[in-house]
Amino acid sequence: MKKGNLRLIISLAVVALLYVGGCLIEQTAGTKSMIVTVLQKGAVYALIAVSMNLLNGFTGLFSLGQAGFMLVGAYSYAILTIPMAKRAAVYQYYNGGWVQFTIGVIPALLVAGVIAALFAALIGLPVLRLKGDYLAIATLGFAEIIRAIVQWDTIGPLTNGSNLLKTYPTLKNIMPGNTVLFTFIIVGICIGLILLLINSTYGRAFKAIRDDEVAAEAMGINLFHHKQMAFVISSFFAGIGGALLAMYQGSLQANSFKSSMTYEILLIVVIGGMGSVSGSIMASFLFIACSEWWLRFLDAETMLGDFKVPLLAPGFRMVVFAVVIMVVVLFFRKGIMGDRELWELGGRRGAKGGRSVK
Amino acid sequence: MSENKTNSSNVLRLTDITMQFGGVVAINNLSLDVNQGEIVALIGPNGAGKTTAFNCVTGVYEPTNGMVYFHGKPIVVNHPQGKMVKQYGGINADKYKDRKPVVYTPDKITRMGIARTFQNIRLFKSQTAFENVLIGTHLRRTSNFLTATFRLNAKEEKAMREKAWNLLEEVGLADVGNELATSLPYGKQRRLEIARALATEPTLLLLDEPAAGMNPQETDELGEFIVEIKNKFDLTVFMIEHHMNLVMDISDRIYVLDFGKQIAEGTPEEIQKNPVVIAAYLGVEEE
Repeated sequence: MKKGNLRLIISLAVVALLYVGGCLIEQTAGTKSMIVTVLQKGAVYALIAVSMNLLNGFTGLFSLGQAGFMLVGAYSYAILTIPMAKRAAVYQYYNGGWVQFTIGVIPALLVAGVIAALFAALIGLPVLRLKGDYLAIATLGFAEIIRAIVQWDTIGPLTNGSNLLKTYPTLKNIMPGNTVLFTFIIVGICIGLILLLINSTYGRAFKAIRDDEVAAEAMGINLFHHKQMAFVISSFFAGIGGALLAMYQGSLQANSFKSSMTYEILLIVVIGGMGSVSGSIMASFLFIACSEWWLRFLDAETMLGDFKVPLLAPGFRMVVFAVVIMVVVLFFRKGIMGDRELWELGGRRGAKGGRSVK
Repeated sequence: MSENKTNSSNVLRLTDITMQFGGVVAINNLSLDVNQGEIVALIGPNGAGKTTAFNCVTGVYEPTNGMVYFHGKPIVVNHPQGKMVKQYGGINADKYKDRKPVVYTPDKITRMGIARTFQNIRLFKSQTAFENVLIGTHLRRTSNFLTATFRLNAKEEKAMREKAWNLLEEVGLADVGNELATSLPYGKQRRLEIARALATEPTLLLLDEPAAGMNPQETDELGEFIVEIKNKFDLTVFMIEHHMNLVMDISDRIYVLDFGKQIAEGTPEEIQKNPVVIAAYLGVEEE
C-alpha cells in the first residue's frame, strides 16, 4: 500500500508538472505558435483516443463510429452556445434557426457528451449484438448516416445544413492566453474519470469480456449490458472530445468528420497500444506533432539548389502515415505501451492489487 | 446410493432434454438428477454429447425439447418450434407443448448459483490469477458504474479483494496470485478456474473434464481437492470426466452417455460391471 501511495503521488506530481509546463510554453511561445497548436489539438485527440481505447482496447469491441459521436458532440456544443446576437447571421438561410437560447460553455460540454451518449444508446441496441468485423462495419455505417442527417436541409434550422457553424465560444476567446490550461483541465478530468472506471470492478468486467466472452458470461457478466455501458460511456467522452475539437477549430462543418478521422484516431490507439491509456495519450501528441508540424515538410515541394526533391508533394504525408501504420501493425503490434500503463512499468504486473487488505 | 435420491433435496433435474442441431440429434431424451451434496459424474465416449448437456444447463445452448429444474425451479423449458417441428428427430415432442418456453442467458444462470469450468481452460489471459478470481466476484456487486467510478463502493471493493485472496488461499494459489494466469502450470490453471467459479458463490459446480491433460498423481490430488472444496463450500458437484480412476474414486453416482442417449446409471460399482457400458467403451464385435 505504501508503494502504491508513493506511485500515486509521483504520478500526480508528473501530471501537475505537465500542466505547469503546458502553461509556461503558452506564456513564452504565444498562443499562435506551432507547439501550442500541437498541445491543444494533441490533448483533444488524447481524450478521443482514450475514449476509443475504452471500447476497442479495454472492452474488445472493434467500433469505428467515433467520428460520428464526435460530430454529434461538436454540433450539440456549437448549437447550444452560439450567442443570441449572432444567431441571425449564422442561420441566415434558415431565419435564425430553431434554437433560441444559449447556455454556458461547461454545461454545453456536458450536454454534448450526454447527447452523444444518447445516440450511442440507441445505435447500440441493434449493433452491439454483432461481433468483430460486423460491428466495425455497422458502426462505421451509422457514423456516416449521422453525418448525412446533420447536413439534411429539412433540419437545417437546427444544424445549419451544410453551412458552417461559427461564432460559438472557442478556445481562443474563453480563456485568452491560457488555452492550453483550459484544454488540459477538461481533458485531464475526463481521462481521470475513464481511468477510475477502468480500474473499478466494471473496468475489470470490460477486460474480462475482451479476454474471453464465453468465460465472462459464465462468470455472470451480462454481456449486452456491459457492452452497452462501455459503448455509451465511450461515446459520452467522444462527444465531449468532439465539442473540444469544435472549440479548437473555431468553425464547424459536418464534412470534416469523415471516417478518415476515425482512422486517424484508430491509428493513435494502435500506435499507443490497445488497452493502454498512457499509450494513447503519448501517441496522440506524437501523431499530432508529426501531422501538424514535424512532417509538414513532406507536403511541401522543396528545392535543394536547382534540384527538386522527388516525391515531396501535397498529400505525400498521408502516404508516409500509411507506411507507418503498416510497419506498426507488422512489427510493433503492441504499440508503444502494449496493454500496460506508464506508471506500472517499474513494478510487477498486478502488484497494484497486492495483499494489502490483510 | 441411488435409493437416497428421494430423501435428499434435488438440486439439478433434467427431464427429456433433447438437443438437435439441424438434422443431428446431439442429445436424445436425457433425464437425470443431481441431489444436494452429491458428486455426480457424466461419462461417455468422445462426441457422446456430454459438453452439449452442460451447455444446455448453463444457457449456452437452448435445448430443442425438455426441461431443466434447478432447486425445483424451471430454468429451461422448450419444445420444438418453427421448422424444427417437422425436422424434430427426438421423442416426447408434445410433452412440453403447453408450457411457455423459458430461456435464461448464461450470466443469469450463474447468478442463480450454477458455476462452471471449461474443457479447454478459459482464463482471462491478460489478467493475473488474483484478478481472474476478482472478476468472479463482480456479479454479486451492489455498486453501479457511477458509485464504482467515484469509489463510493470502497468497502465492497475491499471485501471483494479480501474474498478473492481468501479463495486463492483455499485452493493453494495465494503465492502465485500476482502471476499472469496463463503463465501458471497447467494443473494450477485448472485450480484457478475452479477458484474463479467459486467466487460467483455457486451452490452447484459444473466441472467439464477437470483432470484433462493431468498425470496420474495430479489427478489423484485433484480428486481430493474436489471432495475438499465440496465439503468446505457446501456444494453439489456435477462433472464430466474421462479419467475412470477419478470418476470411480469420488463420484456418488454416474450417468453414462453414448451417441446422445443415456445408456446406464448407477453407483461406480454398478457401472463398472455394466456390460452395456463396457461395450460402449470397448466396442462390440459384429455378429
